[in-house]
Amino acid sequence: MSYEMVIGLEIHAELSTQSKIYCSCKNEFGFEVNTRCCPICTGMPGTLPTLNEKVVEYAVKMGCALGCKINQVSKQDRKNYFYPDLPKAYQISQYDIPLCENGHVDILVDGKEKRIGVTRIHIEEDAGKLLHGESFSGSLVDFNRCGVPLIEIVSEPDMRSPQEAKAYLETIRSILQYLDISDCKMQEGSIRCDVNVSVMKSGSNEFGTRCEMKNVNSFSGAVRAIEYEAKRQIAVLEAGGTIEQETRKWDDTKGESILLRSKEDAQDYRYFPEPDLSTIVLDDSYIEEIRSSIPELPNKKISRYIRDYGLSQIDATLLADDMQKALLFEHTIKENNCTPKSVCNWILGDISKYMNEKNCTISELGITAKNLSDLIALIENGTISNAVGKKVFDFMLETKKTPKSIVEEKGFVQISDENALAEIVKAVLANNQKSVDDYHNGKTNALGFLVGQCMKATKGQGNPAKMKELLLQALA
Amino acid sequence: MELFEHTAAQLSDMLAKKECSSEELTASVFDRIHSIEPEIGAYITLCEDLALKQAKDVDARRISGEELAPLAGIPIGVKDNICTKDILTTCASKMLYNFVPPYDATVIQKLRAQGVVISGKLNMDEFAMGSSCETSYFKKTRNPYNTAYVPGGSSGGSAAAVAAGEAVLSLGSDTGGSIRLPSSYCGVIGLKPTYGSVSRFGLVAFASSLDQIGPIGRSVSDVAMLYQAIYGYDPHDATSVAAKHESTTFHAGNNIKGKIIGIPKEYFMSGISTEVHDLVMKAAKVFEENGAILKEVSLPSTDYALSAYYIISSAEASSNLARFDGVKYGYRAEKFDNLIDMYERTRSQGFGDEVKRRILLGTFVLSSGYYDAYYKRAKLLQKQILQEFNDIFASCDLLLTPTGTDTAFRIGEKMGDPLKMYQNDICTVTVNIAGLPAISVPCGMAASNGMPVGMQLIAPKFEEQRLFDAAGCYEANIGNLCQIPMDIKKEVIS
Repeated sequence: MSYEMVIGLEIHAELSTQSKIYCSCKNEFGFEVNTRCCPICTGMPGTLPTLNEKVVEYAVKMGCALGCKINQVSKQDRKNYFYPDLPKAYQISQYDIPLCENGHVDILVDGKEKRIGVTRIHIEEDAGKLLHGESFSGSLVDFNRCGVPLIEIVSEPDMRSPQEAKAYLETIRSILQYLDISDCKMQEGSIRCDVNVSVMKSGSNEFGTRCEMKNVNSFSGAVRAIEYEAKRQIAVLEAGGTIEQETRKWDDTKGESILLRSKEDAQDYRYFPEPDLSTIVLDDSYIEEIRSSIPELPNKKISRYIRDYGLSQIDATLLADDMQKALLFEHTIKENNCTPKSVCNWILGDISKYMNEKNCTISELGITAKNLSDLIALIENGTISNAVGKKVFDFMLETKKTPKSIVEEKGFVQISDENALAEIVKAVLANNQKSVDDYHNGKTNALGFLVGQCMKATKGQGNPAKMKELLLQALA
Repeated sequence: MELFEHTAAQLSDMLAKKECSSEELTASVFDRIHSIEPEIGAYITLCEDLALKQAKDVDARRISGEELAPLAGIPIGVKDNICTKDILTTCASKMLYNFVPPYDATVIQKLRAQGVVISGKLNMDEFAMGSSCETSYFKKTRNPYNTAYVPGGSSGGSAAAVAAGEAVLSLGSDTGGSIRLPSSYCGVIGLKPTYGSVSRFGLVAFASSLDQIGPIGRSVSDVAMLYQAIYGYDPHDATSVAAKHESTTFHAGNNIKGKIIGIPKEYFMSGISTEVHDLVMKAAKVFEENGAILKEVSLPSTDYALSAYYIISSAEASSNLARFDGVKYGYRAEKFDNLIDMYERTRSQGFGDEVKRRILLGTFVLSSGYYDAYYKRAKLLQKQILQEFNDIFASCDLLLTPTGTDTAFRIGEKMGDPLKMYQNDICTVTVNIAGLPAISVPCGMAASNGMPVGMQLIAPKFEEQRLFDAAGCYEANIGNLCQIPMDIKKEVIS
């Protein structure tokens, strides 16, 4: 019996506003415990919340980017539950009237585009953090995160594979980055998600009973959690059992989920309108102003890159998914002295490799569009070879000097002089008789080796095309 | 006449003319406190040293020629649910028996800035839930007119202190009548301002959509002065409203000529004692004699108001009081097995019966499956009540009703019967539900037990001055409305 997965995601993204959602405390991560809080965000008796309007602006931005209907009147509600990291014993959230509803996002999986529905986006406050110490007995609470603004983005159950879920997560992250409304640092918990999974028999259009998994803190973790949960549910069904609606906790290190609570134990949050805050009323011009401030988003970029620059879909997607890469690409092309394809290859090749090795972002790399375009131009006009280009790139990052000055300083100019190259070819052929014989015996790949030897002899500065030409002449 | 016996208006004048100093006045008030507080029990915390220091500071500023606010140097008592930095703020609950706020409520900031002297923190029903001041964890406050009687609640300490001369003025809070009812029972004047006109920042919330801080005093001028000192928009309170008042200098007026005073018949029907009925109607005659026009009107939803009030206020309270969980401040059970056990024991031991009753009720009405039947309907009723008031105010300037159904009752008389206790609020809760301003003004003594009776005047939103005009007119006709009972009766002789 084959099954199909049905997946829905709830993404919580911390917004990168200057201050918290209901008080003027700084919204900063990584500071000493309980140094970024005040009587308001620690829920001292008598304190009252006042809404940070930036939070609304950011959420509306996301709503516009995801094609949502923006509710001109929405309200905030209290979600009541007891936990030591929740100092008021209720979280201010939005219940029946969120800021944004009925949107969608297009994802790309295996070259195919798919539209995923976005049910709603609402604003809410984050809770604090419990510290279970080894150096102290019991548990302590850090309230620094209390009142950090969050948006919760709830998807429709439109995903059918872990790959689609991952693509959805990556697309949402990339849009958050484009809008510059979230740091999107997974390791700091600025994006978290709850995963809803059910399985149904292939071809069926009746959804199975879903289970929700909490505590999924990475995209790869989401993939593992979905795979695990689908397998678990299928096993239950195959054994003749039925799936119970429940909330489970994902343990990524163990690679398994454990039961947190069953439907019978579901908490009654007793939502009711937050009486300390007035309704949020937005006028048309406010919404339109935000809508018009939204930059070109990855999906648009991908099709433009394919259409205008002839990039492949994969390359266009890889570039567009990372806003910094996309911007570097676009700015480099604007310099107008090299081909888009080369720029794309450099960014997705050497630059990405370097970023991975050093675990840094493009802005941390400190490369400018002007330098990159000049470097590629030097290669394309034959001043330096591709191999030397890579060396120049390394020097460029190290010294922040322009590629031209590096080439001049280091004497990296490509040798295209036929007489000089002919000398080198002669010497290489004399020293590699075996390869020459191999070539004559039909092993044509020996030519590649000989070109390589010539390049080595010129310390990479020989013009490889010219060199090959001379080699072929000599071998004929 | 001792200094403590004067009204704030008189004292403000005397201080300005340097006929007395704030230190002398404060000392006089504390002398009075020391002599009768054992009988009354109005205060939970006395701030004598601090008050005398504040008084000396104000005196020094005055001597140096600084221009001071009208209330500078006058001792005011503060209800113990209004946060005062570095001064114990208990809400009369075991739950907050040791809570010292790290910040001042906005009203306290305002008063401090005006050089007001804070005499101490006043007793109340626990978390402002009650109509008799008997649910306090610490003590029972007694009525200065007869110590066998309750002072009313929940701001019982605030009303009793002012009535007995233990404070010149006081701040109370009013969620369903908690300023007006004790003012009526203790024979003083208490104002429940328009919702949103006084900042709630720093008022420990009972029912956020109904709570308002307001002044209690012994003259209309006094109440107007204190209201003047505390009202206004506060960026820290999203429900506070930027100045919408027609008048920005509140004062006791005296002209009521041509004003239409509505008498809503539902407030004079069964449940109202004959004595109260007659005294309020006698006051109505005074208004009429001064040129006001009396008009019988009807507010048909009044019958449902009490139910709506207890649903909305308990629902909000159940959420507002959830933060008292033993984790961060206040009381924590000494012994417990785990987190849930700690919550349960802390809350079982820390809250009194009345608070628990409201939390249970509030939790129930917000529960899934019951929300629509209770909370949602109560909110609809709230809209309807507001609409009825709006309609009536289209043809009336003010409304006149009794404040309480009867005079103060004896301590212990209603403690066994919560529903009977809730009935005390029947005339006052509609005003909170509709967010209107209302004032309770003494209108005589009940012949049967010698206890004070209060009338309630209600105005449209932000029309506090209309209340001061009418109350001022009445005061001008009757003379001194609030005589401090110097000879406190300890038991009624029947």
